[in-house]
Amino acid sequence: MAVEAHGVRQRPGFHRPGRLAGRGRPPSPAGGPSIRRSFAITTTTSAAPVAAHRRRPRAGQGNRGYVFVAPFLLCFLLLFILPLGYAAYLSLFKDQLVGGTVFVGLENYVRAVKDTQLLGGVLRVAVFFAIQVPIMLVVALGAALAIDSGLLRFANVFRLGIFIPYAVPSVVAALMWGYLYGPDFGPLAQLGDRLGFTAPDLLSGLSMLPSLGNIVTWEFAGYNMIILYAALRTVPADRYEAAAVDGAGAWRTAWHIKIPALRPALLLCLIFSVIGSFQLFAEPNLIQRLAPTVITSSYTPNLYAYSLAFTSQQLNYAAAVSFLLGLVILVVSYAVLFTASRGPRR
Amino acid sequence: MPTSIKHLSRRKLLAVTAAATAAAVGLAGCSNSSSNPGSAPAAAVSQADIDKAMTTPTTLTFWTWVPNIDKEVALFQAKYPAIKVNVVNAGQGSDAYTKLRTALKAGKGAPDLAQIEYQYIPTFSITKSLVDLRPYGAAANQAKFVDWTWNQVTGPGGEILAYPQDTGPMGMLYRADLFEKYGIGVPKTWDDFAAAARKLHAADPKVYLTDMAANEAAAWHGLMWQAGAKPYTVDGSTVGLAVNDPASKKVADYWGTLAKEGVIATDPDFTDTWFQGFSSGKYATWLTAAWGPVFLSGSAKTTAGKWRAAPLPQWDSAKPASGNWGGSTTAVVKGTQNPIAAAKFAEFLNTDPATASMFNTVQNFFPATKALLADPAFAGQKSAFFGDQPVNELFAGIGGTVDSAWQWPPFLDQSVKDWTETAGTALANKADVAAATDQWQSRLTAYAKDQGFTVQGG
Repeated sequence: MAVEAHGVRQRPGFHRPGRLAGRGRPPSPAGGPSIRRSFAITTTTSAAPVAAHRRRPRAGQGNRGYVFVAPFLLCFLLLFILPLGYAAYLSLFKDQLVGGTVFVGLENYVRAVKDTQLLGGVLRVAVFFAIQVPIMLVVALGAALAIDSGLLRFANVFRLGIFIPYAVPSVVAALMWGYLYGPDFGPLAQLGDRLGFTAPDLLSGLSMLPSLGNIVTWEFAGYNMIILYAALRTVPADRYEAAAVDGAGAWRTAWHIKIPALRPALLLCLIFSVIGSFQLFAEPNLIQRLAPTVITSSYTPNLYAYSLAFTSQQLNYAAAVSFLLGLVILVVSYAVLFTASRGPRR
Repeated sequence: MPTSIKHLSRRKLLAVTAAATAAAVGLAGCSNSSSNPGSAPAAAVSQADIDKAMTTPTTLTFWTWVPNIDKEVALFQAKYPAIKVNVVNAGQGSDAYTKLRTALKAGKGAPDLAQIEYQYIPTFSITKSLVDLRPYGAAANQAKFVDWTWNQVTGPGGEILAYPQDTGPMGMLYRADLFEKYGIGVPKTWDDFAAAARKLHAADPKVYLTDMAANEAAAWHGLMWQAGAKPYTVDGSTVGLAVNDPASKKVADYWGTLAKEGVIATDPDFTDTWFQGFSSGKYATWLTAAWGPVFLSGSAKTTAGKWRAAPLPQWDSAKPASGNWGGSTTAVVKGTQNPIAAAKFAEFLNTDPATASMFNTVQNFFPATKALLADPAFAGQKSAFFGDQPVNELFAGIGGTVDSAWQWPPFLDQSVKDWTETAGTALANKADVAAATDQWQSRLTAYAKDQGFTVQGG
């Protein structure tokens, strides 16, 4: 079976892009940045490389590179940096219903740091991250390995099936799960009613976080699975050959070859999940309608910022809260990266 | 409200005010600056200017969530073919207000007119976002509307900020079959109601006399209104806050006790669970507004014929009272280029007998005009869902018992949020609701002070 998977892997078109780029690269005399080097290589292969002549085209092409990134840079500036700057600007003011707008410096930040509602929300999403993300990544990893193993009969159907929830808008997903969780009419509640037991209230204060975690896992396990699966397809075939020669079975190959090879992809998934968890918004926002006294306006930091801006009309304070949240995400992301890069290498 | 205005005809009033401010005539019509002073008497617009404005080709944008309102709009356009009204559904309630607020803050993109619920008028008038309609002859329409509605659209300086469109005086819808089955009489007082709640739930633990939704600040406010609470008073930048005044606490304590005993439900309303509760007979009453009967007959069809309507149970049966829940108005939004046409559209939409009656027949709105409420064709309507009871007549009568003095705060969203997270949560958790109103008061006071208000009673 492992050999079959092997065969699939060697189809053209699934080669690791890195290998193509690396192939035939002449040893570069100059120790410049690798991007520049490859630029030079692709354009100067036919011309006789003379050291004195290589300088000029390299400089010109360096500028040309900016032309290629200009569309992105423009969007990045207009849609990201500019609003960010504006929000930063807003966060230094205070707009009152009576008295208008005044400059207050960092007062909003001082207030936010001491805001127990914000702190409670941050702690809640931190707990959410610590529990939900490992579960989701294990599910995604298991699915990716299962598909990659070639042992599944309907691998394509399975892959599509687990990915489809990601294609469902989170609004629809939250509404659907809200129905399934429903205390009187939901399937579980009705089953309980038929069989004579009281179904647990999935929307109560204690069960809300796991219930939300379940929705998010359902939505994003497939997305992470695709990232991991794509990374698995880039593992060089010779490693599998070597493993097969050494007599490794599917499990051993998965454990000793595939999972170590997935390290960077897993890290990527983890960083995405940090951001996703700390910015949790759509799901609690929609479930709020079903459990308005459980999901408060400060249930997650993003929900809190939204409610400050649009319910309490404290746009400036909301901007400060958003910035602090961004800072928290930055710190947690770096912490994750740092611990991961220091972790044992296989 | 000076009563003398009631007896002046529109033309007379216009003539008087126009003569007094002849020099300023027309200026208000052309100016799109936000120089309209809050409480200073505004200059009236002459009939000539009005005639001119109504024959000049104009496009008005109207944000409303009312379904099929283009039918009423068509009546206006038939009369004023030069004015085109562009109806935009910008969402209902909070969604629409958020968009409106954003557009107003951005300084562009706001409509000429907007659908605004009574309770949100102060929220928009504090930001001076609504046009005073007095210069456009609005005062002459006062007598056409139910008294308390006119108070709701009147600003602290006497400004007329909107035209009432529909109302929701509160009553009680009840399952006559369940009442009969369990031997419960229709409760006349809140004491009767509490006794009935205990009796009913003891007889059948699956049935609750009512659902006091722990998320429905609007119904709660209606019940506070009925109990004579005066939680909010507004005078410019001074607000009086007393959401924990004795009457409010009485209401909180009453419902908190019933919730703690578990004899009423506290499920969030307008959710699937809640709709299901009416169909399955989980709730034996619905304490709702005048728009409730039609709403219920559409959403709990299987229970048709089993329902009846009655006034709310009373605190003092000698002095019947009610509160209002819902209903909305048409307001002209500050910044409009065509205030005359917009004001006249709002006036026509809500005062013309044809449109007023259409709102009832097409949208099932409960009217705000005295003429329609008294119209036998309206009041005499019998609904099979309510066993051929003339429900409209009942609610029209209830409308007369709504206290006119009730005021809303200029930051209702915040109060609703704070209520949900204090009193509402206490209700759902079977905790001390009366004590939670103290938290509501302190949270709201802190907010008001932070927003620069001078707070009285905080």
